[in-house]
Amino acid sequence: MSVASIFPKLERLLPYVSKPIQYVGGEIGSVTKDWEATAVRWALMYPDTYEVGLPNQGIQILYEVLNGIPDVLAERTYAVRLDLEALMRQHGVPQFTHDSHRPVGAFDLFGVSFSTELGFTNLLTALDLAGIPLASEDRGEEHPIVVIGGHAAFNPEPIADFIDAVVLGDGEEAVTEITDLVRAWKAAGRPGGRDGLLLELAGTGRVYVPRFYDVEYAPEGPLRRVVPNRAGVPSRVRKYTTTDLDAWPYPRQPVVPLAETVHERYAVEIFRGCTRGCRFCQAGMITRPVRERSITAIGDMVERGLTNSGFCEVGLLSLSSADHSEINEICSGLSDRYAGTNVSLSLPSTRVDAFNITLAEQLARNGRRTGLTFAPEGGSERIRKVINKTVSEDDLIRTVATAYAEGWRQVKLYFMCGLPTETDEDVVQIARLAHAVIRAGRAAAGSKDIRATVSIGAFIPKPHTPFQWAAAADPAVVDHRIGLLKQVINSDRSLGRAIGIRYSDGEPGVVEGLLARGDRRVGAVVRRVWEEGGRFDGWSEHFSFARWQKAAQEVLGPWGIDLAWYTTREREEREILPWDHLDAGLDRQWLWREWQDALAETEQDDCRWAGCTECGVCPSQDVTIEMGPTGRRLLPL
Amino acid sequence: MGGKRRQPASDQPPVVQRLRVRYGKRGRMRFASHRDFARALERAIVRAAIPIAYSQGFSPHPKISYASAAPTGVSSLAEYLELGLRERMVPSQVARALDAALPVGFEVLEVAEAGQGSLADRIDSSVWTVEVPGLSERLAAVAVERFCAAERICVERMTKRGLRVLDVRGPVVRLAVSAPADAAPYGVEGLPCAILDLVVRQVTPTVRPDDVLTGLRAVADLEVFEAPRATRLAQGMLTAEGEIVDPLAADRGMACAGALSA
Repeated sequence: MSVASIFPKLERLLPYVSKPIQYVGGEIGSVTKDWEATAVRWALMYPDTYEVGLPNQGIQILYEVLNGIPDVLAERTYAVRLDLEALMRQHGVPQFTHDSHRPVGAFDLFGVSFSTELGFTNLLTALDLAGIPLASEDRGEEHPIVVIGGHAAFNPEPIADFIDAVVLGDGEEAVTEITDLVRAWKAAGRPGGRDGLLLELAGTGRVYVPRFYDVEYAPEGPLRRVVPNRAGVPSRVRKYTTTDLDAWPYPRQPVVPLAETVHERYAVEIFRGCTRGCRFCQAGMITRPVRERSITAIGDMVERGLTNSGFCEVGLLSLSSADHSEINEICSGLSDRYAGTNVSLSLPSTRVDAFNITLAEQLARNGRRTGLTFAPEGGSERIRKVINKTVSEDDLIRTVATAYAEGWRQVKLYFMCGLPTETDEDVVQIARLAHAVIRAGRAAAGSKDIRATVSIGAFIPKPHTPFQWAAAADPAVVDHRIGLLKQVINSDRSLGRAIGIRYSDGEPGVVEGLLARGDRRVGAVVRRVWEEGGRFDGWSEHFSFARWQKAAQEVLGPWGIDLAWYTTREREEREILPWDHLDAGLDRQWLWREWQDALAETEQDDCRWAGCTECGVCPSQDVTIEMGPTGRRLLPL
Repeated sequence: MGGKRRQPASDQPPVVQRLRVRYGKRGRMRFASHRDFARALERAIVRAAIPIAYSQGFSPHPKISYASAAPTGVSSLAEYLELGLRERMVPSQVARALDAALPVGFEVLEVAEAGQGSLADRIDSSVWTVEVPGLSERLAAVAVERFCAAERICVERMTKRGLRVLDVRGPVVRLAVSAPADAAPYGVEGLPCAILDLVVRQVTPTVRPDDVLTGLRAVADLEVFEAPRATRLAQGMLTAEGEIVDPLAADRGMACAGALSA
């Protein structure tokens, strides 16, 4: 049975919506295939608008990996904006893919990648528009298998009711293996129906099927136990780790957006994973170990990516790009190759050292110059020891002064507020630091005409990190400290004028905290919020804290728990955490020791340079650190 | 942000050839805004390795200038732009390469080496065909008659600077009901669909086909119909006889003009 395009129906609605180009597909790099000629069909979604979702590296990679298999079809879908959602409901138009405008409900698999928990309500909109029952248990053989991945999937419990399967970790091999199982299951006449397939997936030990686990709660609130409820389902589910990044040179032919998007560039991941060991950083914990892409593979990808896309900007991405073992050679090699062209290179790096400036200088050689950002994360040396972000105050001031001396007029400084053990004094230190930076900068630049922007993010404890047991700060405390910080920064008018302060509202952070460390009881909160109109919770113009508060009160009240129980409550060592049965490779005892070391203000080394710290990932995943130097160089093109 | 005070002056090669391009946007690409098209074009130029020249300065921009662009949601077979090249190229080769590099729906229809004068000086009017699903030919004829009989028809349009009132009658040189189309609009059988021929002088602010339809609706008290589908068929100078002079006609005489087959 072929599946018709819904485009004629959609086309009638497009004259009435904002930015209609985002819905029409047809981008360079997009793929269309004959429905009939394919055996396994994936709809891949990034649960935000096209402008945010299209550049997502994970979706771009999986799209290419899957479409590279001859009998597999992968198409993309994104969250539709509210104006189109209303029209689609009114005119009976289902959630559609952008490539061939097929209804998402017709695919075998519906894969959704979550970078942030604030995308959860958008999943429900997409399921509902697709005609897929919201609850996993209500779905039949005619509905797609709803599988999620991405960093926020490392605790999928708050949306466990709405999904069929979860993949932890790197997607490249995971989607290939799932595809093989689905192909075989379909070819065999779908033995065991939908549950038969889910059982096979669960049986691999690397796909989590929430429905096959029962969760029990203790009367005081915490979990009592999580147990498989049928045979052949493992008690713990392991993450996927892709090794040898050179063997996976994606994206090769990126989808080039027609609508304007948040990142208009060719992005190449220069390494995956990070072992700096910042204790607040979930990405750095769940993506271990470090796996570098080689300098020559990076050079080849950039060349092919630019030729195929026509982009004029290259982003060298990773969790801490300046840490690549050959970053100097990569930057100078690419700068040489593209000297005299209009290609600009950018390196998102937040390292607080002179090396960061050297790299920025090299990349700026070609003309365009990007901003310079330093991320000390904590205002005092004491709090930086707690979070394991080792940088001394003197080094920081000297580094930023160097940047001003080298000609930068403005730098950005990132900090967090609400960290464990934090006091008012730790946050006030940010102001003193900013003053010292401006003073030293004026001296170094020989000019008063320099500026610094201080950006403050509210800290949110995340699963699979040493701070997973920590109490989040009350938003009122965070607000108070930010107020104090502003006051001290502006206490010196001359210095204060040179410093801009940016901070985000505390309320979305409370919801992010609830969803990040929530259990299955939170699912009913998500559903209630969505039913009350909750959409795009990551967008300040759509986010309603009142809606979340009300739903949380109504749903969680009968359990004797509340928002604060999930967010500002410190956990004990033995408390069963909702994600304990999901194995990111990290040894739970190592995480606990790191938490205790944090409280004792004891720092931890990076295993790339100082030997194994026994986090447990390499032995449990049967992988090793993959890094250079290779000694190779980029030759002129 | 983060700009260095003393920037190195970039040294871009000069323009050695100017090419004028007639292009179209059709099908689903009609939903592209002008900026969407401009980004797609700049990337197509890079992919096709066309030796575009760049502006001087710290943030060089490709030398592309556009004549008035059709609005979002409107098709066109007659959009114009001019490219400044840093190396001489054969226009027909540029036409082929650029057309192949653009997403389907954006089409390069003709490329000619620029002669004297500017493109803008050769364009003062547009010829449109407008499909109006939901409007019968009979009603359309009545409305068109009233429209043409009026001296002024003022309608409101929301612009970026707020609500503006514009006279949509004045700039309309010709408005007539055309023969019916073969295919049902939006694939809906049985839906009536009037087709209008429209010639509009380009004034400021521009009177667009949907403004004319708003005017039609007002003078004849028509129901709200489905979104019309407008296509710009031609732009150029209007002669006293009511003919439109192709803006590339003067350039085409030059030796190396190149046209793709229509």
